[in-house]
Amino acid sequence: MCGIVGLYLKNETLRPKIGALFAPMLREMTERGPDSAGIAIYRNPASGSALKVTLAHDDARFDWAGLAADLAQALDVEVAVEHLSTHAVLTLDGEETVIRQWLDRHHPDVRITAVGQVIEIFKEVGLPQQVIDRFGIERMTGSHIIGHTRMATESAVTTAGSHPFSTGSDLCLVHNGSLSNHPRLRDWLKRHAGMRFQTENDTEVAAAYLTWRLAEGDGLREALGHALRDLDGFYTFAIGTRDGFAVLRDPIACKPAVLAETDDWVAMASEYRSLAHLPGVENAKVWEPAPATIYAWGSA
Amino acid sequence: MEIVDLDVTPLRELNQRLHDLRAGDNLTAWRVVNPKGRHNVAVGVDAPVSITIDGHVGYYCAGMNSQAEIVITGNAGPGLAENMMSGVVRVKGSASQYAGATGRGGLLVIEGDAAGRCGISMKGIDIVVRGSVGHMSAFMGQAGRLLVCGDAGEALGDSLYEARLYVRGTVAGLGADCVERPLGDTERADITELLARAGIEGLEPEDFRCYGSARQLYNFQADKFHAYG
Repeated sequence: MCGIVGLYLKNETLRPKIGALFAPMLREMTERGPDSAGIAIYRNPASGSALKVTLAHDDARFDWAGLAADLAQALDVEVAVEHLSTHAVLTLDGEETVIRQWLDRHHPDVRITAVGQVIEIFKEVGLPQQVIDRFGIERMTGSHIIGHTRMATESAVTTAGSHPFSTGSDLCLVHNGSLSNHPRLRDWLKRHAGMRFQTENDTEVAAAYLTWRLAEGDGLREALGHALRDLDGFYTFAIGTRDGFAVLRDPIACKPAVLAETDDWVAMASEYRSLAHLPGVENAKVWEPAPATIYAWGSA
Repeated sequence: MEIVDLDVTPLRELNQRLHDLRAGDNLTAWRVVNPKGRHNVAVGVDAPVSITIDGHVGYYCAGMNSQAEIVITGNAGPGLAENMMSGVVRVKGSASQYAGATGRGGLLVIEGDAAGRCGISMKGIDIVVRGSVGHMSAFMGQAGRLLVCGDAGEALGDSLYEARLYVRGTVAGLGADCVERPLGDTERADITELLARAGIEGLEPEDFRCYGSARQLYNFQADKFHAYG
């Protein structure tokens, strides 16, 4: 199973309410995914050339201020830190590869969940409501959110195996389904594309695949077109981009998905009940995405 | 009118009360409020009663229905009226995938659109869709009729046995062994009857095209052994 939900606001005046609109969407998917939950939110763009890096550690008392101070000294830049439960968002001027190398060397137990100017990813084991409370999702403001509730099938119930998965700068992926060719594809991506993996999770392979295609110069639509050819298995994907989002189902399209659109917002969910509370949904255009068809909003 | 509020009454209690109904019982009209996308609402009813479900339902609503007339005022999730035996199920909105799957009898009316695999493996049910149907509709349909007032998606009627399919709009593609058939008197009568039973006015049999099985996949053919893979 698993539940996936996404909300993209076309009407900017709704942005202060995105967390309040989105939390019930995630909560409705509890029965589809009680093991873990996570979100990618697009908000508070970093100014100028600054980067936002979302980090996670299993210990909620981890010393993020200390890490930020050490990193600031090592890179000789200012590092702002916002601590949320088991996660922290660092904002700093720096090269992603340099930051990754420094973290690898000094804090190998810290995971990077997202990198970009706009994206932040928060995910944890537990029921959706626990994850909503832990990160204060209901109070969040932003332009769009992608979320996932997981019922684990392919790999262990861990925070690292929770969705969303980062697929590059300001990009993320959530997945309902299971991929059947992920071990071989993982090996291929390790050997030929130098990709690195944190888990045995099939979705991480799909995320790495998209990261690789985008690094090869594909646009998101091209990358998804290639994914249709190279990924074998069942999937409904929701993909978050810097200023938009996209939805793709496999050519058989067994895994559920419902899309709804009004002048104010676009929403997707595994089941209609996640959309039933949204303002104006009674007059929304509601439909199920067709198989092997890329749907995209914003500049996705 | 018996009103059941699913915000107050557990779903199992509603379904048990519906299962306990017998022909001749006084409670013949039911209204279910606040379904809020719940799964398995009014599954397994076997009594000549009318049930209105006020709102949206999740998976498997009205599954295995016998005799009852069930109306859903909102949208329905996957597996609406799966394996229906008799009676009428009507959804005012749209239905998700495999609506009417394996249905053996009765009438399913979808006033909006139906998603993929509508009427998959249908075995005698009649399905009328006011809007369009998605991919692989009527896959392996064995008996019954599917009438679509809008368009049909890819692979309509793939591996069809004897179900009869009528589509008014465009067909994205026919599945294996599904072919267009001429519109004869039987087919015209089918369309007129189905439109009348579904309460759809203003359409004529000539607006539709008929599709059925070419009957080439019925039996194993030794000389085509290589093609079976």
